Amino acid sequence: MMSLERVLIGSALMLLLGNAHALDGKKIFTEGGSQPGAMPCVACHGADGAGLAAAGFPRLAGLPALYVRKQLEDFRRGTRVNPVMQPLANALTDAEIDAVSQALAAMPGAVPQPIHRSEMPIGAAQKLAQQGAWERQIPACASCHGPAGTGVGDTFPPLAGQPATYLAAQLTAWQNGTRHNDPNDLMGHIAKSLTPDEVQGVAQYFASLKLEAKP
Amino acid sequence: MSPFVLVLGLLGLPSAHAATIAMEDQSQLQPSAGHAAVSQFQPPQESELPDNAYGKLVKEGYALFVDTKRLAPTFVGNGLNCSNCHLDQGRLANSAPLWGAYPMYPAYRKKNDKVNTFAERLQGCFQFSMNGGTPPTADSREITALSVYAYWLASKAPLGVELPGRGYPDVAQPAKGYDLSGGAQVYKGQCAVCHGPEGQGQKAGDSYVMPPLWGKDSYNWGAGMHRINTAASFIKHNMPLGKGGSLSDQQAWDVAAYVNSHERPQDPRLVDGSVEKTRVKFHANDGVNLYGQTVEGVLIGQGIR
Repeated sequence: MMSLERVLIGSALMLLLGNAHALDGKKIFTEGGSQPGAMPCVACHGADGAGLAAAGFPRLAGLPALYVRKQLEDFRRGTRVNPVMQPLANALTDAEIDAVSQALAAMPGAVPQPIHRSEMPIGAAQKLAQQGAWERQIPACASCHGPAGTGVGDTFPPLAGQPATYLAAQLTAWQNGTRHNDPNDLMGHIAKSLTPDEVQGVAQYFASLKLEAKP
Repeated sequence: MSPFVLVLGLLGLPSAHAATIAMEDQSQLQPSAGHAAVSQFQPPQESELPDNAYGKLVKEGYALFVDTKRLAPTFVGNGLNCSNCHLDQGRLANSAPLWGAYPMYPAYRKKNDKVNTFAERLQGCFQFSMNGGTPPTADSREITALSVYAYWLASKAPLGVELPGRGYPDVAQPAKGYDLSGGAQVYKGQCAVCHGPEGQGQKAGDSYVMPPLWGKDSYNWGAGMHRINTAASFIKHNMPLGKGGSLSDQQAWDVAAYVNSHERPQDPRLVDGSVEKTRVKFHANDGVNLYGQTVEGVLIGQGIR
Protein backbone atom coordinates (compact mmCIF):
# COMPACT_ATOMS: atom_id res chain seq x y z
CA MET A 1 0.00 0.00 0.00
CA MET A 2 1.30 3.42 -0.85
CA SER A 3 1.43 5.90 2.01
CA LEU A 4 0.24 9.45 1.58
CA GLU A 5 3.76 10.61 2.35
CA ARG A 6 5.12 8.63 -0.57
CA VAL A 7 2.53 10.01 -2.92
CA LEU A 8 3.34 13.52 -1.83
CA ILE A 9 7.08 13.05 -2.26
CA GLY A 10 6.45 11.46 -5.61
CA SER A 11 4.31 14.36 -6.74
CA ALA A 12 6.84 16.89 -5.50
CA LEU A 13 9.59 15.11 -7.42
CA MET A 14 7.46 15.03 -10.54
CA LEU A 15 6.83 18.73 -10.19
CA LEU A 16 10.53 19.49 -9.73
CA LEU A 17 11.59 17.34 -12.63
CA GLY A 18 8.79 18.65 -14.79
CA ASN A 19 9.77 22.18 -13.87
CA ALA A 20 13.45 21.72 -14.66
CA HIS A 21 12.53 20.21 -17.94
CA ALA A 22 10.13 22.98 -18.80
CA LEU A 23 12.64 25.73 -17.96
CA ASP A 24 12.98 27.73 -21.11
CA GLY A 25 16.54 28.89 -21.54
CA LYS A 26 15.63 31.21 -24.36
CA LYS A 27 13.09 32.87 -22.08
CA ILE A 28 15.77 33.45 -19.43
CA PHE A 29 17.91 34.98 -22.16
CA THR A 30 15.20 37.40 -23.26
CA GLU A 31 13.29 37.99 -20.02
CA GLY A 32 15.62 37.04 -17.18
CA GLY A 33 15.42 34.49 -14.37
CA SER A 34 12.77 33.91 -11.73
CA GLN A 35 14.55 35.67 -8.87
CA PRO A 36 15.10 39.40 -8.36
CA GLY A 37 18.29 40.65 -10.00
CA ALA A 38 18.39 37.89 -12.63
CA MET A 39 18.33 40.32 -15.49
CA PRO A 40 17.93 39.15 -19.08
CA CYS A 41 21.13 38.49 -21.06
CA VAL A 42 19.65 40.29 -24.03
CA ALA A 43 20.02 43.64 -22.26
CA CYS A 44 23.78 43.69 -22.76
CA HIS A 45 24.58 40.83 -25.12
CA GLY A 46 22.06 41.81 -27.80
CA ALA A 47 18.97 40.18 -29.25
CA ASP A 48 20.96 37.67 -31.24
CA GLY A 49 23.52 37.13 -28.46
CA ALA A 50 26.23 38.54 -30.67
CA GLY A 51 27.47 40.92 -27.97
CA LEU A 52 28.07 44.65 -28.17
CA ALA A 53 31.57 45.35 -29.35
CA ALA A 54 31.58 49.07 -28.54
CA ALA A 55 30.85 48.33 -24.89
CA GLY A 56 33.11 45.27 -24.73
CA PHE A 57 30.22 42.86 -24.08
CA PRO A 58 31.16 39.47 -25.52
CA ARG A 59 29.30 37.30 -27.96
CA LEU A 60 27.52 34.43 -26.21
CA ALA A 61 25.60 32.84 -29.06
CA GLY A 62 27.11 29.52 -30.07
CA LEU A 63 29.46 29.21 -27.07
CA PRO A 64 29.71 25.67 -25.67
CA ALA A 65 27.09 25.09 -22.96
CA LEU A 66 29.63 23.64 -20.51
CA TYR A 67 31.86 26.68 -20.95
CA VAL A 68 29.02 29.15 -20.29
CA ARG A 69 27.82 27.16 -17.30
CA LYS A 70 31.31 27.11 -15.82
CA GLN A 71 31.70 30.86 -16.29
CA LEU A 72 28.38 31.56 -14.52
CA GLU A 73 29.40 29.25 -11.68
CA ASP A 74 32.80 30.92 -11.51
CA PHE A 75 31.17 34.36 -11.26
CA ARG A 76 29.28 33.01 -8.24
CA ARG A 77 32.42 31.48 -6.80
CA GLY A 78 34.42 34.66 -7.29
CA THR A 79 37.14 33.06 -9.39
CA ARG A 80 35.98 35.36 -12.17
CA VAL A 81 35.33 38.88 -10.94
CA ASN A 82 32.86 41.17 -12.69
CA PRO A 83 30.61 43.71 -10.95
CA VAL A 84 27.70 43.18 -13.34
CA MET A 85 27.89 39.45 -13.90
CA GLN A 86 28.54 38.34 -10.32
CA PRO A 87 25.23 39.53 -8.77
CA LEU A 88 23.46 38.32 -11.88
CA ALA A 89 24.92 34.84 -11.68
CA ASN A 90 24.07 34.74 -7.98
CA ALA A 91 20.46 35.52 -8.81
CA LEU A 92 20.15 32.59 -11.22
CA THR A 93 19.18 29.16 -9.93
CA ASP A 94 21.29 26.13 -10.87
CA ALA A 95 18.54 24.95 -13.18
CA GLU A 96 18.34 28.37 -14.81
CA ILE A 97 22.10 28.41 -15.38
CA ASP A 98 21.82 25.02 -17.04
CA ALA A 99 18.92 26.05 -19.21
CA VAL A 100 20.34 29.38 -20.36
CA SER A 101 23.74 27.78 -21.10
CA GLN A 102 22.09 25.26 -23.36
CA ALA A 103 19.94 27.87 -25.03
CA LEU A 104 23.02 30.01 -25.79
CA ALA A 105 24.90 27.04 -27.22
CA ALA A 106 21.96 26.34 -29.52
CA MET A 107 21.80 29.93 -30.81
CA PRO A 108 23.43 30.43 -34.20
CA GLY A 109 26.96 31.63 -33.61
CA ALA A 110 29.46 32.82 -36.14
CA VAL A 111 32.22 30.73 -37.63
CA PRO A 112 35.59 32.28 -38.34
CA GLN A 113 36.94 31.97 -41.86
CA PRO A 114 39.50 29.18 -41.94
CA ILE A 115 43.13 30.09 -41.32
CA HIS A 116 45.74 27.48 -42.10
CA ARG A 117 48.88 27.01 -40.05
CA SER A 118 50.86 27.09 -43.28
CA GLU A 119 50.26 30.83 -43.67
CA MET A 120 53.38 32.53 -42.37
CA PRO A 121 52.22 35.29 -40.01
CA ILE A 122 52.75 38.96 -40.76
CA GLY A 123 53.37 41.41 -37.94
CA ALA A 124 54.02 41.01 -34.23
CA ALA A 125 50.45 40.33 -33.05
CA GLN A 126 49.72 37.72 -35.68
CA LYS A 127 53.08 36.10 -34.99
CA LEU A 128 52.29 35.87 -31.28
CA ALA A 129 48.83 34.48 -32.05
CA GLN A 130 50.00 31.87 -34.55
CA GLN A 131 53.53 31.02 -33.37
CA GLY A 132 53.88 32.24 -29.80
CA ALA A 133 56.99 33.76 -28.25
CA TRP A 134 58.92 30.74 -27.12
CA GLU A 135 61.98 32.69 -25.98
CA ARG A 136 59.62 33.59 -23.09
CA GLN A 137 57.87 30.18 -22.99
CA ILE A 138 54.71 31.67 -24.49
CA PRO A 139 52.84 29.20 -26.72
CA ALA A 140 50.79 30.41 -29.66
CA CYS A 141 47.16 31.39 -28.89
CA ALA A 142 46.30 29.12 -31.84
CA SER A 143 47.79 26.06 -30.14
CA CYS A 144 44.82 25.92 -27.75
CA HIS A 145 42.14 28.11 -29.35
CA GLY A 146 42.67 26.81 -32.89
CA PRO A 147 44.47 28.41 -35.84
CA ALA A 148 41.42 30.50 -36.73
CA GLY A 149 40.54 31.24 -33.09
CA THR A 150 37.45 29.05 -33.37
CA GLY A 151 37.81 27.70 -29.87
CA VAL A 152 38.42 24.02 -29.05
CA GLY A 153 36.13 21.77 -27.05
CA ASP A 154 34.35 22.95 -23.91
CA THR A 155 37.40 24.45 -22.24
CA PHE A 156 39.07 26.73 -24.80
CA PRO A 157 36.58 29.40 -25.93
CA PRO A 158 36.45 31.06 -29.33
CA LEU A 159 38.46 34.26 -29.67
CA ALA A 160 37.73 35.18 -33.27
CA GLY A 161 35.22 37.96 -33.56
CA GLN A 162 35.03 38.71 -29.84
CA PRO A 163 35.33 42.42 -29.09
CA ALA A 164 38.93 43.61 -28.68
CA THR A 165 38.05 45.44 -25.48
CA TYR A 166 36.58 42.24 -24.05
CA LEU A 167 39.61 40.11 -24.97
CA ALA A 168 42.05 42.70 -23.64
CA ALA A 169 40.03 43.05 -20.42
CA GLN A 170 40.17 39.29 -19.87
CA LEU A 171 43.93 39.08 -20.42
CA THR A 172 44.35 41.99 -18.00
CA ALA A 173 42.07 40.24 -15.48
CA TRP A 174 44.28 37.17 -15.67
CA GLN A 175 47.34 39.33 -15.19
CA ASN A 176 46.00 40.96 -12.04
CA GLY A 177 44.34 37.81 -10.75
CA THR A 178 40.71 38.97 -10.86
CA ARG A 179 40.13 36.10 -13.26
CA HIS A 180 41.70 32.82 -12.20
CA ASN A 181 39.18 30.21 -13.26
CA ASP A 182 41.25 28.38 -15.88
CA PRO A 183 42.38 24.77 -15.48
CA ASN A 184 45.92 24.49 -14.08
CA ASP A 185 46.54 28.23 -14.55
CA LEU A 186 47.05 27.52 -18.25
CA MET A 187 45.86 30.95 -19.35
CA GLY A 188 46.96 32.86 -16.27
CA HIS A 189 50.63 32.03 -16.54
CA ILE A 190 50.65 32.94 -20.22
CA ALA A 191 48.76 36.21 -19.70
CA LYS A 192 51.25 37.24 -17.03
CA SER A 193 54.07 36.97 -19.57
CA LEU A 194 52.43 39.35 -22.04
CA THR A 195 53.34 43.02 -22.32
CA PRO A 196 50.53 45.63 -22.45
CA ASP A 197 51.25 46.09 -26.17
CA GLU A 198 50.95 42.37 -26.77
CA VAL A 199 47.64 42.22 -24.90
CA GLN A 200 46.24 44.96 -27.15
CA GLY A 201 47.82 43.44 -30.23
CA VAL A 202 46.42 39.92 -29.93
CA ALA A 203 43.04 41.26 -28.75
CA GLN A 204 42.76 43.39 -31.86
CA TYR A 205 44.04 40.60 -34.07
CA PHE A 206 41.36 38.12 -32.99
CA ALA A 207 38.65 40.79 -32.97
CA SER A 208 39.52 41.62 -36.56
CA LEU A 209 39.19 38.08 -37.91
CA LYS A 210 36.42 37.81 -40.46
CA LEU A 211 33.39 35.77 -39.55
CA GLU A 212 31.00 33.86 -41.72
CA ALA A 213 27.41 33.48 -40.57
CA LYS A 214 26.71 29.95 -39.41
CA PRO A 215 24.26 28.33 -41.83
CA MET B 1 97.35 -11.76 -11.39
CA SER B 2 98.04 -14.69 -13.67
CA PRO B 3 99.50 -13.97 -17.09
CA PHE B 4 96.52 -15.72 -18.60
CA VAL B 5 94.03 -13.18 -17.23
CA LEU B 6 96.26 -10.33 -18.23
CA VAL B 7 96.42 -11.56 -21.81
CA LEU B 8 92.67 -12.02 -21.92
CA GLY B 9 92.20 -8.52 -20.60
CA LEU B 10 94.49 -7.06 -23.21
CA LEU B 11 92.79 -8.98 -25.94
CA GLY B 12 89.32 -8.20 -24.66
CA LEU B 13 89.59 -4.50 -24.12
CA PRO B 14 90.53 -3.26 -27.56
CA SER B 15 88.03 -5.49 -29.33
CA ALA B 16 85.20 -4.45 -27.02
CA HIS B 17 86.19 -0.85 -27.60
CA ALA B 18 86.18 -1.30 -31.36
CA ALA B 19 82.76 -2.94 -31.21
CA THR B 20 81.41 0.01 -29.23
CA ILE B 21 82.55 2.44 -31.89
CA ALA B 22 81.19 0.38 -34.74
CA MET B 23 77.76 0.10 -33.16
CA GLU B 24 77.57 3.65 -31.85
CA ASP B 25 74.32 5.19 -32.99
CA GLN B 26 75.29 8.63 -34.20
CA SER B 27 71.71 9.79 -34.48
CA GLN B 28 71.18 9.42 -30.73
CA LEU B 29 72.36 11.86 -28.11
CA GLN B 30 75.79 11.17 -26.72
CA PRO B 31 75.88 10.70 -22.95
CA SER B 32 78.40 13.51 -22.56
CA ALA B 33 76.12 16.07 -24.15
CA GLY B 34 75.00 18.37 -21.36
CA HIS B 35 71.96 20.53 -21.86
CA ALA B 36 72.77 23.26 -19.39
CA ALA B 37 73.26 25.62 -22.30
CA VAL B 38 75.18 28.77 -21.57
CA SER B 39 74.45 30.30 -24.93
CA GLN B 40 71.77 28.83 -27.13
CA PHE B 41 72.07 28.60 -30.87
CA GLN B 42 69.84 31.20 -32.52
CA PRO B 43 68.19 30.18 -35.79
CA PRO B 44 67.52 32.99 -38.28
CA GLN B 45 64.27 34.97 -38.33
CA GLU B 46 61.66 34.64 -41.05
CA SER B 47 62.07 38.35 -41.74
CA GLU B 48 65.64 37.59 -42.87
CA LEU B 49 64.49 35.26 -45.63
CA PRO B 50 65.61 36.35 -49.07
CA ASP B 51 62.93 37.04 -51.67
CA ASN B 52 64.13 34.46 -54.16
CA ALA B 53 63.68 30.82 -55.12
CA TYR B 54 65.53 29.67 -52.00
CA GLY B 55 63.41 31.81 -49.69
CA LYS B 56 60.31 30.51 -51.40
CA LEU B 57 61.33 26.91 -50.82
CA VAL B 58 62.12 27.61 -47.17
CA LYS B 59 58.57 28.94 -46.80
CA GLU B 60 57.23 25.84 -48.50
CA GLY B 61 59.17 23.69 -46.06
CA TYR B 62 57.80 25.75 -43.17
CA ALA B 63 54.26 25.25 -44.46
CA LEU B 64 54.79 21.48 -44.72
CA PHE B 65 56.35 21.35 -41.29
CA VAL B 66 53.48 23.05 -39.46
CA ASP B 67 50.57 21.87 -41.65
CA THR B 68 51.82 18.41 -42.64
CA LYS B 69 48.56 16.52 -42.49
CA ARG B 70 46.75 18.98 -44.76
CA LEU B 71 49.57 19.60 -47.24
CA ALA B 72 51.01 16.08 -47.55
CA PRO B 73 47.95 13.88 -46.95
CA THR B 74 49.35 11.03 -49.07
CA PHE B 75 52.26 10.66 -46.68
CA VAL B 76 50.51 11.27 -43.35
CA GLY B 77 48.42 8.35 -42.13
CA ASN B 78 47.51 9.85 -38.77
CA GLY B 79 46.43 13.27 -37.48
CA LEU B 80 49.83 14.76 -36.74
CA ASN B 81 52.01 17.61 -37.95
CA CYS B 82 55.81 17.72 -37.59
CA SER B 83 55.40 20.72 -35.28
CA ASN B 84 53.51 18.61 -32.72
CA CYS B 85 56.77 17.10 -31.46
CA HIS B 86 59.17 19.81 -32.70
CA LEU B 87 57.70 22.85 -30.98
CA ASP B 88 57.98 26.43 -32.17
CA GLN B 89 58.09 25.37 -35.82
CA GLY B 90 61.18 23.24 -35.20
CA ARG B 91 63.06 26.10 -33.55
CA LEU B 92 62.75 25.31 -29.83
CA ALA B 93 65.76 24.01 -27.91
CA ASN B 94 65.17 20.69 -26.07
CA SER B 95 62.30 20.01 -28.44
CA ALA B 96 64.36 18.29 -31.14
CA PRO B 97 65.02 21.51 -33.07
CA LEU B 98 65.86 21.17 -36.76
CA TRP B 99 68.97 23.32 -36.31
CA GLY B 100 70.26 20.67 -33.91
CA ALA B 101 69.52 17.77 -36.25
CA TYR B 102 70.49 19.02 -39.69
CA PRO B 103 74.23 19.49 -39.07
CA MET B 104 74.52 15.97 -37.57
CA TYR B 105 73.69 14.12 -40.80
CA PRO B 106 74.73 11.93 -42.56
CA ALA B 107 74.92 9.65 -39.52
CA TYR B 108 74.91 5.96 -38.74
CA ARG B 109 71.59 4.85 -37.21
CA LYS B 110 71.12 1.60 -35.37
CA LYS B 111 67.45 1.74 -36.31
CA ASN B 112 68.14 0.73 -39.91
CA ASP B 113 71.80 -0.24 -39.49
CA LYS B 114 73.22 2.12 -42.08
CA VAL B 115 74.47 5.62 -42.62
CA ASN B 116 71.43 7.82 -43.19
CA THR B 117 71.32 11.05 -45.11
CA PHE B 118 69.11 13.80 -43.73
CA ALA B 119 66.58 12.94 -46.46
CA GLU B 120 66.47 9.35 -45.22
CA ARG B 121 66.03 10.60 -41.67
CA LEU B 122 63.01 12.65 -42.79
CA GLN B 123 61.62 9.61 -44.60
CA GLY B 124 61.82 7.77 -41.28
CA CYS B 125 59.71 10.50 -39.64
CA PHE B 126 57.04 10.04 -42.31
CA GLN B 127 57.06 6.27 -42.04
CA PHE B 128 56.88 6.04 -38.26
CA SER B 129 55.91 9.27 -36.52
CA MET B 130 53.41 10.18 -39.24
CA ASN B 131 52.39 6.55 -39.87
CA GLY B 132 52.47 7.41 -43.54
CA GLY B 133 53.18 4.15 -45.33
CA THR B 134 55.69 4.51 -48.18
CA PRO B 135 57.43 7.84 -47.54
CA PRO B 136 58.01 10.54 -50.17
CA THR B 137 61.08 9.82 -52.31
CA ALA B 138 64.37 11.49 -51.40
CA ASP B 139 64.08 13.85 -54.37
CA SER B 140 60.37 14.61 -53.82
CA ARG B 141 59.07 18.13 -53.35
CA GLU B 142 58.19 17.32 -49.73
CA ILE B 143 61.62 16.01 -48.67
CA THR B 144 63.39 18.77 -50.60
CA ALA B 145 61.31 21.57 -49.07
CA LEU B 146 61.65 20.17 -45.55
CA SER B 147 65.40 19.69 -45.99
CA VAL B 148 65.78 23.26 -47.21
CA TYR B 149 63.76 24.51 -44.24
CA ALA B 150 65.98 22.55 -41.84
CA TYR B 151 69.13 23.74 -43.60
CA TRP B 152 67.95 27.34 -43.32
CA LEU B 153 67.19 26.98 -39.59
CA ALA B 154 70.71 25.61 -39.15
CA SER B 155 72.28 28.61 -40.91
CA LYS B 156 75.70 29.33 -39.39
CA ALA B 157 75.54 26.25 -37.14
CA PRO B 158 78.78 24.23 -37.05
CA LEU B 159 78.72 20.94 -38.98
CA GLY B 160 78.93 17.72 -36.98
CA VAL B 161 78.86 19.46 -33.63
CA GLU B 162 76.30 18.52 -30.99
CA LEU B 163 74.69 21.82 -30.14
CA PRO B 164 73.22 22.31 -26.67
CA GLY B 165 69.45 21.88 -26.87
CA ARG B 166 69.64 19.23 -29.57
CA GLY B 167 67.06 16.42 -29.42
CA TYR B 168 65.20 15.91 -26.18
CA PRO B 169 67.97 15.90 -23.58
CA ASP B 170 67.87 12.67 -21.61
CA VAL B 171 65.95 12.56 -18.36
CA ALA B 172 67.33 9.56 -16.51
CA GLN B 173 64.92 6.90 -15.36
CA PRO B 174 64.12 7.44 -11.66
CA ALA B 175 65.52 4.89 -9.21
CA LYS B 176 62.00 3.60 -8.57
CA GLY B 177 61.44 3.03 -12.28
CA TYR B 178 58.05 4.10 -13.57
CA ASP B 179 54.51 3.51 -12.42
CA LEU B 180 51.55 3.29 -14.81
CA SER B 181 48.92 4.15 -12.20
CA GLY B 182 50.92 7.20 -11.14
CA GLY B 183 51.07 8.08 -14.83
CA ALA B 184 47.31 7.79 -15.13
CA GLN B 185 46.96 10.32 -12.30
CA VAL B 186 49.37 12.77 -13.91
CA TYR B 187 47.57 12.32 -17.22
CA LYS B 188 44.17 13.01 -15.70
CA GLY B 189 45.35 16.07 -13.82
CA GLN B 190 47.65 17.70 -16.37
CA CYS B 191 47.18 16.29 -19.88
CA ALA B 192 43.55 15.30 -20.40
CA VAL B 193 42.33 18.91 -20.53
CA CYS B 194 44.03 19.25 -23.93
CA HIS B 195 44.65 15.71 -25.21
CA GLY B 196 41.31 14.31 -24.02
CA PRO B 197 40.54 11.65 -21.41
CA GLU B 198 41.17 8.88 -23.95
CA GLY B 199 44.28 10.41 -25.50
CA GLN B 200 42.23 11.18 -28.58
CA GLY B 201 43.33 14.80 -28.99
CA GLN B 202 40.95 17.64 -29.82
CA LYS B 203 39.92 19.11 -33.13
CA ALA B 204 38.68 22.40 -34.50
CA GLY B 205 36.60 21.52 -37.52
CA ASP B 206 38.20 18.43 -39.05
CA SER B 207 41.80 19.04 -38.09
CA TYR B 208 43.54 18.39 -34.81
CA VAL B 209 44.55 21.30 -32.62
CA MET B 210 45.81 19.15 -29.75
CA PRO B 211 47.41 15.99 -31.13
CA PRO B 212 46.15 12.49 -30.31
CA LEU B 213 48.64 10.62 -28.10
CA TRP B 214 47.45 7.12 -28.83
CA GLY B 215 44.91 5.38 -31.02
CA LYS B 216 44.68 5.27 -34.81
CA ASP B 217 45.57 8.93 -35.40
CA SER B 218 48.79 8.96 -33.37
CA TYR B 219 52.39 7.85 -34.00
CA ASN B 220 52.92 4.16 -34.67
CA TRP B 221 54.82 1.52 -32.71
CA GLY B 222 57.95 2.15 -34.76
CA ALA B 223 58.22 5.87 -33.92
CA GLY B 224 60.97 7.04 -31.57
CA MET B 225 58.29 8.59 -29.34
CA HIS B 226 56.99 5.10 -28.48
CA ARG B 227 60.08 4.72 -26.27
CA ILE B 228 59.19 5.68 -22.73
CA ASN B 229 62.59 7.28 -22.21
CA THR B 230 62.18 9.48 -25.29
CA ALA B 231 58.61 10.48 -24.42
CA ALA B 232 59.65 11.18 -20.82
CA SER B 233 62.39 13.52 -22.03
CA PHE B 234 60.05 15.29 -24.44
CA ILE B 235 57.39 15.66 -21.75
CA LYS B 236 59.78 16.82 -19.05
CA HIS B 237 61.19 19.59 -21.22
CA ASN B 238 58.06 20.63 -23.08
CA MET B 239 54.81 19.68 -21.38
CA PRO B 240 52.31 20.94 -20.37
CA LEU B 241 52.62 23.38 -23.27
CA GLY B 242 54.30 26.56 -22.05
CA LYS B 243 55.08 24.98 -18.66
CA GLY B 244 58.05 22.84 -19.63
CA GLY B 245 60.12 21.65 -16.68
CA SER B 246 57.19 21.82 -14.26
CA LEU B 247 56.75 18.04 -13.90
CA SER B 248 59.17 16.03 -11.78
CA ASP B 249 61.33 13.40 -13.50
CA GLN B 250 59.16 10.76 -11.86
CA GLN B 251 55.94 12.33 -13.17
CA ALA B 252 57.41 12.64 -16.66
CA TRP B 253 58.42 8.97 -16.69
CA ASP B 254 55.15 7.78 -15.20
CA VAL B 255 53.00 9.67 -17.66
CA ALA B 256 55.23 8.76 -20.62
CA ALA B 257 54.83 5.09 -19.69
CA TYR B 258 51.07 5.54 -19.29
CA VAL B 259 50.77 7.14 -22.75
CA ASN B 260 52.99 4.51 -24.35
CA SER B 261 51.15 1.62 -22.77
CA HIS B 262 48.18 2.35 -25.05
CA GLU B 263 47.59 0.89 -28.47
CA ARG B 264 48.58 2.75 -31.61
CA PRO B 265 49.12 1.81 -35.27
CA GLN B 266 51.30 -1.27 -35.77
CA ASP B 267 55.05 -1.05 -36.37
CA PRO B 268 55.30 -1.07 -40.19
CA ARG B 269 58.37 -3.34 -39.86
CA LEU B 270 56.16 -6.11 -38.40
CA VAL B 271 58.03 -9.40 -38.88
CA ASP B 272 55.95 -12.32 -40.23
CA GLY B 273 52.85 -10.85 -38.62
CA SER B 274 54.36 -11.64 -35.22
CA VAL B 275 54.52 -9.09 -32.40
CA GLU B 276 57.04 -11.31 -30.59
CA LYS B 277 59.39 -11.57 -33.58
CA THR B 278 59.07 -7.82 -34.11
CA ARG B 279 59.84 -7.20 -30.44
CA VAL B 280 62.96 -9.33 -30.58
CA LYS B 281 64.23 -7.76 -33.79
CA PHE B 282 63.36 -4.10 -33.30
CA HIS B 283 62.29 -3.35 -29.75
CA ALA B 284 64.33 -5.51 -27.38
CA ASN B 285 67.30 -3.15 -27.61
CA ASP B 286 65.49 0.11 -28.30
CA GLY B 287 65.53 2.04 -25.05
CA VAL B 288 62.71 1.50 -22.59
CA ASN B 289 59.47 0.43 -24.25
CA LEU B 290 56.47 -1.80 -23.70
CA TYR B 291 56.11 -3.20 -27.22
CA GLY B 292 55.50 -6.94 -27.15
CA GLN B 293 55.22 -7.03 -23.38
CA THR B 294 52.21 -8.12 -21.39
CA VAL B 295 50.77 -5.54 -19.02
CA GLU B 296 47.94 -6.62 -16.72
CA GLY B 297 47.34 -9.66 -18.88
CA VAL B 298 47.15 -7.75 -22.16
CA LEU B 299 49.74 -8.00 -24.92
CA ILE B 300 50.93 -4.51 -25.84
CA GLY B 301 51.80 -3.83 -29.48
CA GLN B 302 48.93 -5.53 -31.26
CA GLY B 303 48.37 -2.36 -33.22
CA ILE B 304 45.21 -0.48 -34.07
CA ARG B 305 43.77 0.48 -37.40
